[in-house]
Amino acid sequence: MSLSESFFGRKFAITEHDLEWYLSEALSSGGDYADLYFEYLSTSQLSIDESIVKSAVEGVSLGVGVRVISGERTGYAYSDDLSPEKIRKAARVAACIASGPSKVEKTGLEETRRRDLYPVITAPSETSLAERVELVKRADRAARAADPRVFQVTAGYADSLRHVLVATSDGVLSMDRQPLARLGVSVLASENGGVPQRGFSGGGGRVALDFFEAEKTPEHFAREAVRQAIVQLDAAPAPAGEMTVVLGPGWPGVLLHEAVGHGLEADFNRKKVSAFSGRIGQQVASPLCTVIDDGTMANRRGSLNVDDEGATTQENVLIEKGILRGYLFDKLSSRLLGSRTTGSGRRESYQDIPMPRMTNTFMLAGESAPEDIIRSTARGLYCANFGGGQVDITSGNFVFSASESYLIEDGRITRPVRGAMLTGNGPEALKHVSMVGHDLKLDEGVGLCGKEGQSVPVGVGIPTIKIDRMTVGGTAG
Amino acid sequence: MIDPQLARDTVRLAMERGASGAECTIAEGQEFSAQVRMRGLETLKDAGSRRAGLRILIGRRVGSSHTSDLSSAGIQEMVNSALALAAIATEDPHAGLPDASDLGALTGDLQLYSDDIQNVEIPARIQAALEAEEAALSWDPRITNSEGASFGAYSGERIFANSRGFLGSYRTSSCSLSATPVAQQGEAMERDFWYSSARSHAKLDSPAAVGRRAAERTVRRLGARKLSTQKAPVIFDSVTARSLLGNIFDAVEGDAIYRKASFLAGRMGERVASEHVTIVDDGTAPGLFGTSPFDDEGVASRRTMVIERGLLQNYLLNSYAARKLGMRTTGNAARGVTGNAGVGHGNFFLEKGQRPPEDLIRGIRRGLYVTELIGQGVNIVTGDYSRGAAGLWIENGEFAYPVSEITIAANLREMLMNVEAAGSDLEFRSSVASPTLVIREMTVSGR
Repeated sequence: MSLSESFFGRKFAITEHDLEWYLSEALSSGGDYADLYFEYLSTSQLSIDESIVKSAVEGVSLGVGVRVISGERTGYAYSDDLSPEKIRKAARVAACIASGPSKVEKTGLEETRRRDLYPVITAPSETSLAERVELVKRADRAARAADPRVFQVTAGYADSLRHVLVATSDGVLSMDRQPLARLGVSVLASENGGVPQRGFSGGGGRVALDFFEAEKTPEHFAREAVRQAIVQLDAAPAPAGEMTVVLGPGWPGVLLHEAVGHGLEADFNRKKVSAFSGRIGQQVASPLCTVIDDGTMANRRGSLNVDDEGATTQENVLIEKGILRGYLFDKLSSRLLGSRTTGSGRRESYQDIPMPRMTNTFMLAGESAPEDIIRSTARGLYCANFGGGQVDITSGNFVFSASESYLIEDGRITRPVRGAMLTGNGPEALKHVSMVGHDLKLDEGVGLCGKEGQSVPVGVGIPTIKIDRMTVGGTAG
Repeated sequence: MIDPQLARDTVRLAMERGASGAECTIAEGQEFSAQVRMRGLETLKDAGSRRAGLRILIGRRVGSSHTSDLSSAGIQEMVNSALALAAIATEDPHAGLPDASDLGALTGDLQLYSDDIQNVEIPARIQAALEAEEAALSWDPRITNSEGASFGAYSGERIFANSRGFLGSYRTSSCSLSATPVAQQGEAMERDFWYSSARSHAKLDSPAAVGRRAAERTVRRLGARKLSTQKAPVIFDSVTARSLLGNIFDAVEGDAIYRKASFLAGRMGERVASEHVTIVDDGTAPGLFGTSPFDDEGVASRRTMVIERGLLQNYLLNSYAARKLGMRTTGNAARGVTGNAGVGHGNFFLEKGQRPPEDLIRGIRRGLYVTELIGQGVNIVTGDYSRGAAGLWIENGEFAYPVSEITIAANLREMLMNVEAAGSDLEFRSSVASPTLVIREMTVSGR
């Protein structure tokens, strides 16, 4: 597809000549590199609450970001007006970072090889609202029908369709159409007027609307949310102290995201402020652990055909059999560290400067049967689901909170506990992994990762694993 | 600048096309940031954007939309979109606008905008960041690296109109200076940060003060140990106490109350905290970050006593939560530019006590002084509280050694009842503020 037939060509009559003109304006005060990021984002959100569709919101956001890089310096400006005068003005502001003659050799723009990891012909945001509102109504009905102890249900559906165009002074022209949809159900349950407990479940991806009919239905998420709330009703306070922790498959992969993923983002390593700085080739996990960040998985929430700097995404091996293999690079850090971009440059919107970010981060399956992993644990904690986590990448210390966990006693999962928080140190924690299950599972597609104020959708995954030693923060002795 | 009439015209257009009620918000903002690292400029960002949002009612059905395209065509599309959305919504008996009698705005100069910021030229802004970083780097030889320092400036305008005749607008400005040094000892690295922020440049702390404070906070973390698991008194410094206060806000805001999704639901008038706890929400104090002439649905801001010497006195409400609870709005509506308003706060703070933090620390025989909290792990429904922490261990009233890779846990109900003292060090660096707080006992989890 040529630029003239593309979304931005048709809607805003942007030509290759315009793009080259803006780029040369951006480099008019010097600099090593410049790029343009055009974004047109349409979003919808529908929510049901107390069985009433109380909120339905649609919006449109468009703009262009202009970046100039000169050595380690970045100049950035944006405009929400795509008129040539406003774009050129933004380019001149971004150009202020550089001084002197430009070091960029003029190259023509060449379109990135196209592929389609999310061949969604009709994006959910292009379907009728009535069809989408039915999803939250079904979720509400199913959750209320699932158990009489449920007394509050909220269900939210959100989708977006993002059109992007990236043009760079090193000749890259890339265009993408990125659909994204997500359905989530949250419930409160209580028994005999006791303390209410919450349950949540949700999922989605870069999918068409029939995903919620054929694969993960509103009823599926509703029942799962109710199940989690009901389990919590019987839960005792979580134990405190160091113990063996077994993570169930799927969403608990958020451990990898916090414990190693962030610390391997190349901006931190360029600045040598990560606990993983200078550790390539070193043992940072048990030999059972291989950790991958893969932006190319079909229809996944964290996937992208091209990253937000126009680079093709790829599968990146972060840790191979316990040995640290690589970092996640964006263009700036790859230029400065003399490496190649790993297709990890992402940004929240045209108003933001791209940074190295994760896509879908997971651990490869091992050989153990999940039942054997539990059976081998005399006393410990089994974590089936997590809320979010956070890491201090400099010390390497991380935490994440379990939303569904159980005690393991004498090799059996026994009682549910609530309020467990796990904490550990990134380069150390995975050294204590003693068993890895054969049951790799990816999360259902709700992850949102925040870094320096920018949020981007991500995925995680993990098989059942056993960590011999980890600190659990609860209140019980 | 945008003509406030655009908001009124948008409301009128929506009413002409069949809405029975409408609210329009227009926001415009200019942001600037200069980031330096290791004594050199790293990033400059300078840009502005605008956005309009509309919420309409058709009877008791609600639809909302927003756009960054403020052209006539963009506004028309936004109006049509909101009307179409209302058609698929369900009747909500409580949907509506605030009563006309509740609409209004504070008058007088609230000191929310100062043009002294824009008079600071870009080179001086960069210089301030460089000086803050330099102050940190030169403070201690163990500060060997830096994640940088930055100067930020923001100015913006907010316009709001509704179909009950309200039209208001106000401008705000702010600037900030921060530094994030990295200290090293052997293989181990630690980072911490400090910042200053104000609505006028004149009120910003000096670069040297920001850098030094950041350096002190960072260096004292070196050589951190892990504690053994135990119960101990916990002192939250003003930074971590502020985040605890944010949790308390989540428990007293009207949405959580009418949904019974808060451990403080149904406790009005009861003792929920020790007598050392007085919490106020004040949207009227001039010059502060939580101040505004009116809330995001056109109700005048006010001062509300939330917890008075331990007794729960008021929840914070917008008009919707007020209708659900059979109460009256407290002027706490908050939203971006569109959608149903949520509940926000003005300046939400805990009243200071008599004693400086050093005195409070001296009074602890063995306990934990918390300077950083990470992770979620706060359940407002049940009050369960468990977070990752770092700080300093106190022995006989003095800091003995730094600690990290631990968690602290308790239930917010007990934590509030167990507040033994509030320090005298209340500072309004953002719209939530707290002095140092002493909590009698929490579970500290480590080895």
